[in-house]
Amino acid sequence: MSGAALALEGVAVGHAGRAVLSGVGFSLAPGSFAGLIGPNGSGKTTLLRSILGLVPLLGGRVAIGGRGQVGYVPQSIALDRFMPIRARDVIALGLDGHRPGIPLPSRRRRAQVDEMIDAVGAAGFADRRVGDLSGGQQQRVMIAHALIRRPDVLLLDEPLASLDLRSVAEVVALLAGLAREEKVAVLMSAHDMNPLLPAMDRIVYVAEGRAVAGTVAEVVRGAVLSALYGAHIDVLRVHGRVLVVAAGGAPHGHAHDHAHDHAHDHSHDHDEDAMHVVRIP
Amino acid sequence: MFAAFMLDTWAAGLIVAITAGVVGWFVVLRGASFAAHVLPLGTFPGAAAAVLLGIAPSAGVAGFGLAGVVAIWALGRRGRPEVATALTLVMLLATGALLLSWTDRYAAQVYALLFGQVLGVSRASLGGMALAGAGAVALALAGFRPLLLGAIAPDLAAARGARPAAWEFGFLAAIALAAAVAVPVVGALLTFALMVGPASCGRAVSARPAVALAASVAIALALMAGSIALSYLTNWPVGCFAGLGGAGCYALGRALL
Repeated sequence: MSGAALALEGVAVGHAGRAVLSGVGFSLAPGSFAGLIGPNGSGKTTLLRSILGLVPLLGGRVAIGGRGQVGYVPQSIALDRFMPIRARDVIALGLDGHRPGIPLPSRRRRAQVDEMIDAVGAAGFADRRVGDLSGGQQQRVMIAHALIRRPDVLLLDEPLASLDLRSVAEVVALLAGLAREEKVAVLMSAHDMNPLLPAMDRIVYVAEGRAVAGTVAEVVRGAVLSALYGAHIDVLRVHGRVLVVAAGGAPHGHAHDHAHDHAHDHSHDHDEDAMHVVRIP
Repeated sequence: MFAAFMLDTWAAGLIVAITAGVVGWFVVLRGASFAAHVLPLGTFPGAAAAVLLGIAPSAGVAGFGLAGVVAIWALGRRGRPEVATALTLVMLLATGALLLSWTDRYAAQVYALLFGQVLGVSRASLGGMALAGAGAVALALAGFRPLLLGAIAPDLAAARGARPAAWEFGFLAAIALAAAVAVPVVGALLTFALMVGPASCGRAVSARPAVALAASVAIALALMAGSIALSYLTNWPVGCFAGLGGAGCYALGRALL
């Protein structure tokens, strides 16, 4: 695992000592683009927050390579459209937002911010209020905010959740390009793997409190997912989309059991979930 | 209007306006209006306690303010902050009701503390006001970047190691200090308008955080000066003009955005 940007070994995560997810092990090389895929409530957000150190690990080890820097894009931002914060202010906060006091204007700081604005294609709206931007534009701003310190790992929590179809494709392409160019390992969670298929070189699939990791070809197979879910699963490839189909009962009927894990769940997520794992009566 | 006896009033107004303008900007940014309503209101029973104990009213106000900050902060960390804030107000007011029932010396001062009495500011109290105001402004400005980061997404500040809980405490303390400065002048019921009104209008002036903050202070200064002048001319309470003017500022800010 030497040289990995992010390595997990036997990691268990959960709340109040109760594991939601355990035995998670995988490693990501610098520049790789990985999807953390699983139904709602499967522990994706908790795993990301544990890697960040916001939730203590219940077991195992997390190692960050390089300088040990992790960038983070949370699921949603809380600003309304009246807030006097421009997109470029949010990006600049990625540089020094933890420091006390008002930032002094500096040419170096401005150049770094401008460079990130160009890198994520935010030049057209950099001086607008960030609360006034579309969901896709806000994601670009938050990605720039997370990347400006040149982290070794970039974690994103459901960055596609509230985007329209075109923005979904654009954000995935942007992240895949940034992973290559900036040599940052990207790990993003999603409940539907399909938008990530063109770009993803690793997949971490979580369900039933466990995880399997590897390439898409290794993991997204009936035998592997059947073992994970503990039920018979078929993987269908239709019109370039992957459908994970469960026979009989519902393998991800557990999705609602851990509702506390996803405070930000939107109801429409469940609709998309239904497309992801199809139940055959 | 600028006679010698009015100079202390103008000085007090200046201190109140700068403090409320700066702290209010963070209140609006972080959506902490409820705490900015509760802390000034909760400090006024403190003055009752001080009268009863025979100590300086400002000491009572400071003590109750600190108690309010600790309660909102500690109760709000787990669970819903607005419930914690409302419960804090209830606890402080309940204590105040008890204290008021033990004394009858307080009626005139209650009225002054609820609605403000700018002409009653003494030269002796100016030093303490300036010190508390400077403390509130310093705390809020020190938290400029971490508080902004936390306003975008609470997790973001924590992920960057910005210690959001510590900054939240400092921010609440800044509100309490600003309340201690503003309550004797504008009144416990109306201080809220002076904190929230100018800041709401200031964010319409500019999309830049620092410029909007400066605009918020400038509007607070204009509002305070206008309120003192009108109060002098009409002999109506200054809190009346500050309260109505603050609400007007908010409406203007919303209309401009």
